[in-house]
Amino acid sequence: MFSAALQHIKLGDWLTLLLGSICVVLLTFKLWSGDLADKAIIRGGGKILSVVPLSRDQQIEVPGPLGISIIAIQNHKARIASDPSPRQYCVRQGWLQQAGEIALCLPNQVSVELVGSKKKYDSLNY
Amino acid sequence: MKDMNTHTLHLETTAEDHHIARMAAVALGLTVLESAIPSPLPGVKPGLANIVTLIVLARYGWRTAAWVSLLRVLAGSLLFGNFLTPGFFLSLSGAVLSLIVLAFARHLPTRWFGPVSHSIYAAFAHITGQMLVVYLWLIPHAGIAYLIPIFATASLVFGTVNGLIAARFMDNADTLNPHVIENPTCKL
Repeated sequence: MFSAALQHIKLGDWLTLLLGSICVVLLTFKLWSGDLADKAIIRGGGKILSVVPLSRDQQIEVPGPLGISIIAIQNHKARIASDPSPRQYCVRQGWLQQAGEIALCLPNQVSVELVGSKKKYDSLNY
Repeated sequence: MKDMNTHTLHLETTAEDHHIARMAAVALGLTVLESAIPSPLPGVKPGLANIVTLIVLARYGWRTAAWVSLLRVLAGSLLFGNFLTPGFFLSLSGAVLSLIVLAFARHLPTRWFGPVSHSIYAAFAHITGQMLVVYLWLIPHAGIAYLIPIFATASLVFGTVNGLIAARFMDNADTLNPHVIENPTCKL
């Protein structure tokens, strides 16, 4: 019965099976490896100003020594939408999605860090 | 036609209509049969009715397969009482996306690609359509991404098995009735 079933699988079907398996494995690694973030920790001047859930889209204005940084939360992702810092590193970092990702605006002393259900170690801090 | 004065409603039906209805009924039977199989997770189902769609596609072409598949979704929803509920739209989106993918997949060279490939592509399309409806309408939360690997694995496994069953079925029919290819009105 098993060999009878095998003769129905042609060369291209094996290719399809291989392709499908690769897709499944890649999807599993992509979606199950990293902890998807569910909260954003917003810091200003070294203190935690607020912890907001990523489930609600919103814009948050955080005052710093240079002016106001705007943090946008949209579609389960977070980014610094605008910041008065001269080099704009944190703005150019773009959208943060995975737990452990962080955008720092050092000149304005503002940061946003994503956390998931469990705190992960990173290479700077363990 | 015989008597124009009768008051009974008379629909003109062709042999093809009867044929499509018969095969949709077979698919419906498999859907009912399948609903008796317990599933560990809602949505993980073998999709046995797709075996009929695959056979119809190979034998009678895409148009007939689309009729059979969509009739099965509609009649199934009436039978289970979930017409126009989320469950119905999940079935419909899966069936429509599968049919779109099958319209392309059936043009793959038949020398190398058989029902197994068609089935796998259709199964992935099916789950993609369902996940789109779930995400865009029912549960707009990124958390459902966690379930995608489970659904994708189920698609691959059940897609392969259904494709093998369809191929086996056509094999049997061909050896039993060698005229089946030449005579498309032959019963399934």
